[in-house]
Amino acid sequence: MQMFYFSLAFFLLLNLCVGMWRVLRGPTVADRMLAAQLFGTTVVAILLLLAQTSDNPALRDVALVFALLAAVTAVAFVRRIWPEKRGFERDPE
Amino acid sequence: MIPSDYVAVVLLILGGIFFFSGTVGLLRFPDVYTRLHALTKADNVGLGLIVLGLVVQAESWFVVGKLLLIWLLVLFAGASASHLIAKRALHRGIRMWK
Amino acid sequence: MEVITWLEWAFDAVLSVGLLWLAWRALASPDLFKAIVLFVSFGLLMALAWVRLDAPDIALAEAAIGAGLTGALLLAALARLRAIAFKDTSVPPPQFSKPQFLHWLLIFFLLWLGAGLGYAIWVLPPYSTGLSVAVAAHLDASGVSNPVTAVLLNFRAYDTMLEMIVLLMALLGIWSLGGFPPHTDMPTGSVLDTFSRLLVPVFILVAAYLLWIGADAPGGAFQAGSVLGAAGVLLLLSGWRPRVSLTQWPLKLALAAGSSAFVIMGLLTILYEGQLLAYPAAQAGMLILFLESLATISIGATLAALFLGRSSDHEENQ
Repeated sequence: MQMFYFSLAFFLLLNLCVGMWRVLRGPTVADRMLAAQLFGTTVVAILLLLAQTSDNPALRDVALVFALLAAVTAVAFVRRIWPEKRGFERDPE
Repeated sequence: MIPSDYVAVVLLILGGIFFFSGTVGLLRFPDVYTRLHALTKADNVGLGLIVLGLVVQAESWFVVGKLLLIWLLVLFAGASASHLIAKRALHRGIRMWK
Repeated sequence: MEVITWLEWAFDAVLSVGLLWLAWRALASPDLFKAIVLFVSFGLLMALAWVRLDAPDIALAEAAIGAGLTGALLLAALARLRAIAFKDTSVPPPQFSKPQFLHWLLIFFLLWLGAGLGYAIWVLPPYSTGLSVAVAAHLDASGVSNPVTAVLLNFRAYDTMLEMIVLLMALLGIWSLGGFPPHTDMPTGSVLDTFSRLLVPVFILVAAYLLWIGADAPGGAFQAGSVLGAAGVLLLLSGWRPRVSLTQWPLKLALAAGSSAFVIMGLLTILYEGQLLAYPAAQAGMLILFLESLATISIGATLAALFLGRSSDHEENQ
């Protein structure tokens, strides 16, 4: 059972690394932000699986903090980088 | 393996599949809106299934509560953030794929 | 057993390669927004790396600060930078001409530093208990059962005291630079309103939980303070502004509470126990909780005030 949890965590980590391509590629800023959002959730899932394998309940607290703070960066993005006025849009690709 | 283990394995594998399809969608879908759609499935259902799989195995009600709380928080954050991004993308005039 | 060690190796290898690659891409990216997103992802993987290194305390701090604050602060700084660049397009960005030999000097120093670090790691004993035996021996007298909290708030409490002061100094530095200008916000819309209204109480609850659990599990003032600060950042981002009367002495009191509590406690312990921050063993647990609570409030207020930027009396003077 431990091995199954760990392999699933590894699989999710690989998923995350592959998803990195979207951050690099863009094309819009929103795409990069979305990818980061998905990474956050993936890391929460990995942490929960690792908490089960390593019998370290503290990892669930780490996952809890990540889950709680997941949206703060996205809110900062929507409110600061991407405000209503079409001023300084810059999407190089 | 006891019966609850089998249930857990099935739920966890399903969760993994959702995460995988979320990533594939993120990479393959043509525009922001469709990618948002793919992403939220991984967020909500993928993590939900993994949480359920772990709940079946959890050693105490306290752990069950914490796992469900984590899922609720991610649901809430994911839904709100996706809504905000999609709405702003529409306002900015990012074109839909079709 | 054989397969699981192999899996762990593979996991760690992917994690380390991913971290190095992300760090490189974040530094090398000319697009600042991309660099920020890469840096946020780097923080996520870094938290996993701390978990794999069996340091959940640091993973928790990385989660609280990396996910809640650095991302938001960097994005706000980028928005400010673009606003400036957009405003004065007539002024060309300053060009610094760097002499060629500076590059070689830099490369030389980096190689030297790298060789020194490499040597230091090479000569480390493969397994060493470090100070963990000494910490474990005195854990009973520290008033808490989490060794990390015992070190941070009892054995080496003066470190934490100085860190609190550093944090305050950082805020003063930013305020003296003028901070962020008052940001003209567009209306929030009902989703963001509901979101922040429902979530902020949960932030406060989790901060209290982390503070309380810090006595015997990973957690403590810095993590709790960061979560509290993130709550403030979320409120400020959703358009909430504190009343002017609140930003006068109540804010200043909150900012100074942690450092002053440490200083007063330090003076009292020098008077009564003869040593800086050496608590009487019987009351140690209570004193630590007291100091940590004030420190949490101060850290939270400081981090949120970073985002508030310019202090209100600064604005009045202009």
